[in-house]
Amino acid sequence: MAEELESVLQLTPSTAAGGEGLTEVSPETVTPDPPSSAAVSPGTEEPAGDAKKKIDILLKAVGDTPIMKTKKWAVERTRTIQGLIDFIKKFLKLVASEQLFIYVNQSFAPSPDQEVGTLYECFGSDGKLVLHYCKSQAWG
Amino acid sequence: MHYPIGLLFDLLASSSALPWNITVHFKSFPEKDLLHCPSKDAIEAHFMSCVKEADALKHKSQVINEMQKKDHKQLWMGFQNDRFDQFWAINRKLMEYPAEENGFRYIPFRIYQTTTERPFIQKLFRPVTTDGQLHTLGDLLKEVCPSAVAPEDGVKKTQVMIHGIEPMLETPLQWLSEHLSYPDNFLHISIIPQPTD
Repeated sequence: MAEELESVLQLTPSTAAGGEGLTEVSPETVTPDPPSSAAVSPGTEEPAGDAKKKIDILLKAVGDTPIMKTKKWAVERTRTIQGLIDFIKKFLKLVASEQLFIYVNQSFAPSPDQEVGTLYECFGSDGKLVLHYCKSQAWG
Repeated sequence: MHYPIGLLFDLLASSSALPWNITVHFKSFPEKDLLHCPSKDAIEAHFMSCVKEADALKHKSQVINEMQKKDHKQLWMGFQNDRFDQFWAINRKLMEYPAEENGFRYIPFRIYQTTTERPFIQKLFRPVTTDGQLHTLGDLLKEVCPSAVAPEDGVKKTQVMIHGIEPMLETPLQWLSEHLSYPDNFLHISIIPQPTD
């Protein structure tokens, strides 16, 4: 776990490149973490609960699914799992026909219409929601 | 949105007469609003995911993870084939909790409203208060959906529906979770406008 977090920190300088890759997808809804935290910074203390508009998610690849250089993202609460799947597929340059599964707690795949904000509230820990993604069904 | 049909009835048609007449469309699939269902396996996977999510809330996934693959299969087959005993032989285990506790860790629930665009409300909510009192349905609504509860002296504007009935707001939430959950182990609660007639 600590190792993963370190790698996130090491990667932050490179997110500018990730940001460019992003703009074509959906610049206003998903932004790499550092720019967003900069945007949030005016109010230094984080408002609790619903007040905080974006949530942090950590994306981890499973098995032979390609990893993403930037693992930590700030995402709007109302973004759906399907929206996230579409984003990751574009980011990894997967063909549209390829499947991608997202898992919470390394156990269940939330339905595509679920909002990440709800999942964050129920299954987030340490201020972030950890999601695993995989090109094949990883957990039943 | 793929909702259980009982929930759709509560939410959209609870004032209509039974049997419920439905219209099935075979053309012009609403791609924007509904996800295509590619196969029967996808339905099974979706169902099992809901059960797993519910158990993550109820028992930190311990019960579902301790089950064998064949138990999962029996749960699904019992549900699919409408075999109550087959289904409940497994589902019973998902409804248990340690004797020293007064209920599940958290209650798996979803609250749906016809008046909002948001899909549903789902939050962490414990069945028991910190001083050991049982939380009621009313406690839950006050906490996560206050607009559904009539003010003390005010006029009742909404109905709270589960499985076609209006449970008393004093009903303990743990009891509701054990007895009125859907097969996916969630309590699906509809908040609808109070009929005016």
